[in-house]
Amino acid sequence: MKQFVSFVRKEFHHIARDKRTLFILLGMPIMQILIFGFALTNEVKNSKIAILDQSNDPSTQALRSELDASRYFDITQDLRSYQEIEGAFKKGKIKMAVIFPANFASDLDHFNTAQVQLVADASDPNVANTLTNYATAIILDYQDRITNNRRLPHTIKTEMRMLYNPQLKGAYSFVPGVMAMVLMLVCTLMTAITIVREKELGTMEIMLVSPMRPFKIVVAKAVPYLLLSMVNITSILLLSVFVLEVPINGSLVLLLFESILFTLTCLAFGLLISTKTDSQQTAMFIALTGMFLPTIMLSGFMFPIENMPLPLRILSNIVPAKWFYYIVKEVMIKGLGITAVWKETLILTGMLLFLLALSIRNFKIRLA
Amino acid sequence: MIELIKVIKENSINCINSINNINSVNFSTENHMPSVIVNNITKQYGKKKDLVQALKGVSFEVQQGELFGIIGPDGAGKTSLFRILTTLLLPDGGTASVDGLDVVKDFKAIRHRVGYMPGRFSLYQDLTIEENLEFFATIFNTTVKDNYDLIKEIYSQIEPFKNRRAGKLSGGMKQKLALSCALIHKPSVLFLDEPTTGVDAVSRKEFWEMLRSLKRQGITILVSTPYMDEAGMCDRVALMQNGEVLSVDSPEGVIDAFKQPLVAVKDNNMLQLLNDLQRYEGVKDAYPFGEYHHVVLNNGFSASAVQQYLQQHNYHQPEVKTIRADIEDCFIALMKSA
Repeated sequence: MKQFVSFVRKEFHHIARDKRTLFILLGMPIMQILIFGFALTNEVKNSKIAILDQSNDPSTQALRSELDASRYFDITQDLRSYQEIEGAFKKGKIKMAVIFPANFASDLDHFNTAQVQLVADASDPNVANTLTNYATAIILDYQDRITNNRRLPHTIKTEMRMLYNPQLKGAYSFVPGVMAMVLMLVCTLMTAITIVREKELGTMEIMLVSPMRPFKIVVAKAVPYLLLSMVNITSILLLSVFVLEVPINGSLVLLLFESILFTLTCLAFGLLISTKTDSQQTAMFIALTGMFLPTIMLSGFMFPIENMPLPLRILSNIVPAKWFYYIVKEVMIKGLGITAVWKETLILTGMLLFLLALSIRNFKIRLA
Repeated sequence: MIELIKVIKENSINCINSINNINSVNFSTENHMPSVIVNNITKQYGKKKDLVQALKGVSFEVQQGELFGIIGPDGAGKTSLFRILTTLLLPDGGTASVDGLDVVKDFKAIRHRVGYMPGRFSLYQDLTIEENLEFFATIFNTTVKDNYDLIKEIYSQIEPFKNRRAGKLSGGMKQKLALSCALIHKPSVLFLDEPTTGVDAVSRKEFWEMLRSLKRQGITILVSTPYMDEAGMCDRVALMQNGEVLSVDSPEGVIDAFKQPLVAVKDNNMLQLLNDLQRYEGVKDAYPFGEYHHVVLNNGFSASAVQQYLQQHNYHQPEVKTIRADIEDCFIALMKSA
């Protein structure tokens, strides 16, 4: 036990004395949360649009101020002719153009129908879609108001309610994602590197010719990173609750338990990498391609898994982050208990045991 | 040639016997079993195409309390041998034991009782001297206090800098620290793989003196080195080349086995001199050696014959003197006859 404690203390010395790495390890989750929370957001806010108003009557002016007043749009340009539209898009200054034809109000008054054209920059299809949807909603809203006193026959009204995330905040989905990513990075990458570093420096050679059991070496290496991950989980949760205002709806204990389970799985994977590689570079490369990319691509955090082709959907099942991401969403955002996520928890536990067994079996007690 | 080898072999066997006798006198109170037994060990690396035979059937024994040197150039197989003996590598053939424990079967027990200092500095560079020492003490289930006597002589030299990080030490200090760490658990056998490589001449000399004093504490020490001048510091040496042991003997025994006359020759034009010497019928081998050329003569030839030959070839004042062979001469002779 004294051996073990001494080894763990030595690991802490390594981590604490490598100030730059420590700074990255502790600063990274904070940076990521802040970047995802404020800079990299897929919410559409204040998109620049242009208006070509060929009618310039009370109705178009009312619509124009409705658009401008919404938080989605910012009217930055008034166009005078059809030809100017393309130029404005090409300069990249606007995301969408709204075109009112001549006689908009009189058409609306006399024929009960009028047209408005929305031209969107679909080089980013998701944004184009969102923008046209928002604009349509605003226009329909206006129409509702002017027809309010007249009852139209046969109208179906859609009534929407956004459960769990009524404000449609992006933070609700990326907080679990960032948690998965950060834990992955700290645990898998750092454990793999730290063990391989001892091989590279030759200290593993001395450690092997000592009474210290290899298994103890490995566990002692993992302990500091487990603690470091706990710090990171705490800082992510604090930031998301107090800065991004994402509530923890479920049990905090369950959430922490699941996080530790996922952390251990990542540690075991890092261990497995370290048993198979001899240089820090290889270890880093394998950790990044083998774990980091799948975590981003196949966990459902960036891209919905449901839309993927079947082979990728099957492949995504072996990515631990997918299950963790799911669990965190269910527990933290939906506020569900263990009964809702026991299956995923079991899968993660299975992965942990499998990886751990494999890496202990592969741990070399000799040099070659 | 074959006769010569036989002579050398006989001689070395005699010598081993005599040394065994000496040891048994010195350590009569202790166990008589050799501390390290290496029996026909082979090791190869790589696959079919680029197969390297690192050890080709190496055998020798090291007695308890002996300071045993393994001397050979880079690539002789010294490190492979050390790694096999410290249980870091498995031999492909043969058997070996350390303290009576088999290096394959009993590797766990061996790891409790040997000290190992790899050729490369292998301590934690970001830990201080003191932290490194304390760490290795704990790993071996002991404390610095318990075994301070053993390392005192060495450690006291670097103790004033104990709060300095190991990565910032000079070569000689690193080496002292590494030796302290390898010794802190009072190993019964100490393996030092090229401890003096890359260390300045003064520190090297100091280091060997440290080993001599460790030997007095009854620790068996195996040390490998590429420097032949260090052979004289050992009780016995094994000369190794290309994975084979050429000779195992005491330094004196190795030298005594050198039966042919040896002369040192010096003149103004050393290059021409070497060429002329090599053409002389009485010369078995001639090679540059410091400021002289060493010339191994065939039996029946002597320094005066060389002097005569040179004067016939227009050398005015060649300096020719009969000398006693040193380890390096022996090693060169052994290498060429192998």
